[in-house]
Amino acid sequence: MNATDPKVEPWSPTATWVVRGLGLAAAVAVAATVWLGLWVTPPDQTQHDLVRLVYIHPPIAWVALYLAFGVAAASSVLWLWPRTRSRVWDRLAVSAVEVGTVFTALTLVTGSIWGRPTWGVWWAWDARLTSTALLLVLLLGYLAVRRVPADPDSRARRSAVVALVAAVDVPIVHFSVNWWHTLHQGATVLNANLSPTIHGSMAWTLLLGFVAFTLLFAWMLAIRYRVEVLSELLQDSQLDVALHERWAEGTGPVTGDPGVAPA
Amino acid sequence: MWRDTVLVAGKDLRIELRSRVVMQQVVPVAVLVLVLFAFALGPDRAPMAQAAPGLFWVAVLFASVLAVQRSFALEAADGARDGLRLSGLDPAGVFLGKTAAVALQLAILEVVLTAGVVVLYGSHVRSYGSIVVAGLAGTAGLAAAGTLYGALAAGLRVRETLLPFLFLPVAAPVLLAGTRAWQVALGIAGHAGDVDNAGDPWLRLLLVFAAVYLALGVVIFGPLQEAS
Repeated sequence: MNATDPKVEPWSPTATWVVRGLGLAAAVAVAATVWLGLWVTPPDQTQHDLVRLVYIHPPIAWVALYLAFGVAAASSVLWLWPRTRSRVWDRLAVSAVEVGTVFTALTLVTGSIWGRPTWGVWWAWDARLTSTALLLVLLLGYLAVRRVPADPDSRARRSAVVALVAAVDVPIVHFSVNWWHTLHQGATVLNANLSPTIHGSMAWTLLLGFVAFTLLFAWMLAIRYRVEVLSELLQDSQLDVALHERWAEGTGPVTGDPGVAPA
Repeated sequence: MWRDTVLVAGKDLRIELRSRVVMQQVVPVAVLVLVLFAFALGPDRAPMAQAAPGLFWVAVLFASVLAVQRSFALEAADGARDGLRLSGLDPAGVFLGKTAAVALQLAILEVVLTAGVVVLYGSHVRSYGSIVVAGLAGTAGLAAAGTLYGALAAGLRVRETLLPFLFLPVAAPVLLAGTRAWQVALGIAGHAGDVDNAGDPWLRLLLVFAAVYLALGVVIFGPLQEAS
């Protein structure tokens, strides 16, 4: 990779178009969710306009707690498994964790905004809130490990182990905190018999919300993946530049091909 | 693997026996934590006895961070970590050995802390069986998870700050389950007749936690050693 090359494209043109399409679809779906959620659907009998949070809070939580964590855990396992080891999985894992951290934080924030008027408190020591908060700390731990300077291979190994160990903890946290205390309402859509407990336009808007935030997640994941590739390329090229400078210090101005190191 | 386990555990415990760092520094710190909690809660016995199970496990959790740090500090100097890696010992054996050494030290610490809780907070133990089982299972789980993260953080410049950040949230279920099991055993929660079964789901959770992290460590310690 030439250090001065201004046009670095980590993707094929087709992939670029696919990602653009994904972004467009996500934007349209989110806009439609906002329109349906704020203007078309009726207010709830007991919760009035507060119920409109149902179109964003569960979809965000779904993305954070299932999609992002699932992708991160699966790609970490794929990296650790010697036969499928590839930097692709490492990049995918860090992208999923980073986007997932944002969505987990948003889950807590939207939940808190909803909790204040309905439960009367910003924060309750409820099972789901507590386990989501713990999950956020685990994700932040992953990102902290990620920031420790190391060569790409041992960084990937270390972060994959962190993701795996944390992922194993998630069901244990889930059960322990559930037994500990619960106040949150049960799952509305993904309940045991898979029959949603809300009806009509509200159900459709909620469904659209799930689609919209899933698309948004996929698009953000792709963009973050691209950033990871670009930053790897940048680091490599910076290494090249630094090497050339050191060689130049030793030999004076470099005239020939700098790829050949003076002995 | 078992021979290597005994070798590594013996090495760590022999160093501890000669240096007495855990016994003379970590155990006093844990007891000190109990005293500090008493200052925080005020001199009344009632709130202390009420909170005793949780305070016990918080003290154990903090002490386990220190014990794990010590366990890996032993190998920080003179390239001992590389020596251990190149020694040809089975990584699973190294993991189990270090875990066993940490667990034994923590178990001794817990005995001291239990006496401290009874003396300082005036708690009455109703069921010795369940506090011993909860203590052993919780200790095994903490030692296993702690050793995994200790190996992960060993050799990094940020290890002192990284270890608690990674380890404490993962160990939170041990705190929860241990506290609940102890509340039943100390007669704070549940009815007198429940002593033998109300703590059971929590004991099971502690056992599952220990089993999961011991198994995970056996599988994953090899690749982890290569990373550091």
